[in-house]
Amino acid sequence: MKLTVNGKSRDYAGNPFKRLIDVLREDFALTGTKEGCGEGECGACTVVLDGRTVNSCLIPVAQAEGKEVRTIESFGTPGKLHPMQKAFLEHGGAQCGICTPGMIVSAACWAEAPGPKNDATCRQALAGNLCRCTGYQHIVDSVLAATKKKGGKKRARR
Amino acid sequence: MPKGSVGTSPIRREGTEKVCGLARYIDDYAIDGCLHGVTLRSSVAKGRIKSIEFDKSVPWEESVIARASDIPGGNYVTLLENDQPLLADGVVRHKYEPILLIAHPSREKAYQALSHVKVEYEAETPNFDIDGGGRVFKDILIEKGDPAAGFKKAWKILEGEYWVPHQEQTYIENNGMVARVESDGTLVAHGSMQCPYYIQKALKAIFALPDERVRVIQATTGGGFGGKEEYPSMLAGHAGLLATKAKRPVKMIYDRSEDMAATTKRHPCRVRFKAGIAKDGRLVAQDIDVVMDGGAYMTLSPVVLSRGALHATGPYECPNVRVRARAVETNTPPNGAFRGFGAPQTLFAAEVHMDRLAALAGLDPVEMRRRNMFREGSITHTGQVMGISLGTAEVLEKTVRMSGWAKKRKAYAAWNKAKKPTWRGLGVALVHHGGGFTGAGEVYLASEAGVAIDREGRVRVLAANTEIGQGTNTIFAQIAADTLGLPLERVDVAVPDTHVVPNSGPTVASRTCMVVGGLVHRAAGRLKDAVLAAGGSFTDAKKLKAAAAALCEGKPERVFIAKYEQPDWVKWDDKAYKGDAYGCFSYGCAIADLEIDRSTYEVRLREVFTAQDIGKAVHPLFAEGQIIGGVVQGLGYALLENVVMKDGGMANASLTNYIIPTSADTPPFKVAIVEKPYKGGPFGAKGVGELPMDSPGPAVCNAVAQAIGKWPAKLPVLPEHVLELVS
Repeated sequence: MKLTVNGKSRDYAGNPFKRLIDVLREDFALTGTKEGCGEGECGACTVVLDGRTVNSCLIPVAQAEGKEVRTIESFGTPGKLHPMQKAFLEHGGAQCGICTPGMIVSAACWAEAPGPKNDATCRQALAGNLCRCTGYQHIVDSVLAATKKKGGKKRARR
Repeated sequence: MPKGSVGTSPIRREGTEKVCGLARYIDDYAIDGCLHGVTLRSSVAKGRIKSIEFDKSVPWEESVIARASDIPGGNYVTLLENDQPLLADGVVRHKYEPILLIAHPSREKAYQALSHVKVEYEAETPNFDIDGGGRVFKDILIEKGDPAAGFKKAWKILEGEYWVPHQEQTYIENNGMVARVESDGTLVAHGSMQCPYYIQKALKAIFALPDERVRVIQATTGGGFGGKEEYPSMLAGHAGLLATKAKRPVKMIYDRSEDMAATTKRHPCRVRFKAGIAKDGRLVAQDIDVVMDGGAYMTLSPVVLSRGALHATGPYECPNVRVRARAVETNTPPNGAFRGFGAPQTLFAAEVHMDRLAALAGLDPVEMRRRNMFREGSITHTGQVMGISLGTAEVLEKTVRMSGWAKKRKAYAAWNKAKKPTWRGLGVALVHHGGGFTGAGEVYLASEAGVAIDREGRVRVLAANTEIGQGTNTIFAQIAADTLGLPLERVDVAVPDTHVVPNSGPTVASRTCMVVGGLVHRAAGRLKDAVLAAGGSFTDAKKLKAAAAALCEGKPERVFIAKYEQPDWVKWDDKAYKGDAYGCFSYGCAIADLEIDRSTYEVRLREVFTAQDIGKAVHPLFAEGQIIGGVVQGLGYALLENVVMKDGGMANASLTNYIIPTSADTPPFKVAIVEKPYKGGPFGAKGVGELPMDSPGPAVCNAVAQAIGKWPAKLPVLPEHVLELVS
């Protein structure tokens, strides 16, 4: 089957029921997507599937056939950080870092989506991404700072 | 001279890799020829293993199987007492106890293989009751004054019983380890951990290897909270055993349910608290009985208990005190380290009891605390004279001011009388937390940290303390850079690797910044003196390089080591439990503002206020992150986190059924950092990591008490518990 991952067309010939997270990590060596629970509760494995955030541990790869997948690796690089990544660095949004890729994917998608951007809506939007280190305040600070900054509201590069 | 970095909040050292998804946790390493290891665990809580049968339809030659009989050295995981087997040998003492290990090139097939091994047990009656007569791991008695005489003189006496349950650390990265044996026979363990040298010590015993043949390296670690203090020694032993037998690298990564069911948790604890007060509300006597459930093996229970006993009075002076504390065995998975390490359990009882005493005395809860809290010259139950870096009054008053205490308490009293759809409450808790190991613990550890300079003049911090999210990498660089007068970016921090860094002790007990940061500061001071003596300068690159080259004497680098020295104001008698339990304490106060739905009994936090005295915030943003993160773990303990034990095992071992706070459950915070400098810490710093965990539980219960007029005596405060209290 074919799918697009981070803008590149990819072939996959393995088990169609293999979880998308395993295909990304094992077959495509994209280890930025993390597994925290394997049952869709923690959000560490969040990726974007055709514009919507999903838990990649719950998706068989067959469901991504012909679709476009975006992982944390496509959002920015150390030399060219996404505004959300930069905000997480500046406002203490990442501590141990294991939830961070999924959190940034969720936050960046929320920042681009329509709707009011404030403390309460941000907390609701990120409720599917568990963090055990920060107590969320610095994550919320990071996300709101990035949504306010110029560039933070731009559509994500596809 | 560059502007100092201590007290500022530079970018997290490894932050860029983390936000880009490039930081490598142990499961992110693709290892050639690697096998995947899995663990067969006991399905009964107590019994003898009668037989182990392997399903003949499975091609077992594809797998490597390791059992207790394959262990080259001792079949135990080194800790306080070597009572915990690496693999059960004929007898199981708790559910999920490891029995044998299987490794296979395919992770999926390794897991499948587990269901094709049949273990038959001769089950015995397990004991799950702390009063059930299990082995007593430790029994502590602390006495001050004459409690009996104190109670005789008391104006009023109040008794209460409190219960706090297990709590799961729930780091988002599960435990994971890779082991391999190198061509020279060196066993290498690489993985998620807090304490590389604990693992090294355990592996030496399991494999009967000398120091230099065991190498332990930390991978980026996705949270610890105590849960990666002792358990990784077990996991490294398992991976090492399979790797030794397979002669190939072996990776073992737990899934969430195995991690939750099989690894350590916070000790459940019962506290019976009796206190007498004089008419003015001052304490005249305390009699506190503490029992902690240690689980099936000793692990760290005696020291968890010790910290619990040492904090059991709360941050209050009382002339007559008796604390009796025991940690006992039950047939459940061993409990272990979790942020706070015994103190959140006993402080919960102390602080809820203090609130109830305030009501008995007819005093406002804040005023009651003002009258009893540690002041300069107060004497604790171990005889420690308070006065060094004492922040009780400041954290209390600051939090009270931030919260608008008096006005809000009054408003909520009125709110609760009017028939609104909710009850509202404001509750306070005041706590202390000793930094570093208890008493002479740091002397026994005898930690060493180093600062190295290479021939180019590049500086590197060498310590075994791990970055687990709290900021170790960044703050060690800050401390070294400021000591030397170097810009921050010219100081590196070594990855904890037992072949590279000295043993600076475990990453636990709020000691990384205060104790090990102090060693880094002193080692950097020695380096500075040497460079200056060699004609070098930290502001002149050329001179620095010349001095560095001279100091290296042809070698790649020169290391300056600092070894722990007990401050001269710390005197401790471990036998009598008398003296200075800690070099200093940190102090925290939390005020919880909440409301309870009158029809669903659900508790909703409105806002949380906290002030915490941590001596000096080396990195204020990280310190605040520790405080908020710790308080939220405490709020989870207070309101959500409910480990359900059934037949001696966790019945809800999944993130679907064990609920930790989400962003939507978490209220906005007002945080104040108080800095009462500690002369024994680098730049005045003292412990910060655990303190925030201590106050939320009792603050929430005390707020619930204002809302419904009754104090919950156990955690978590679930709706059904509120219903019980109001009906």
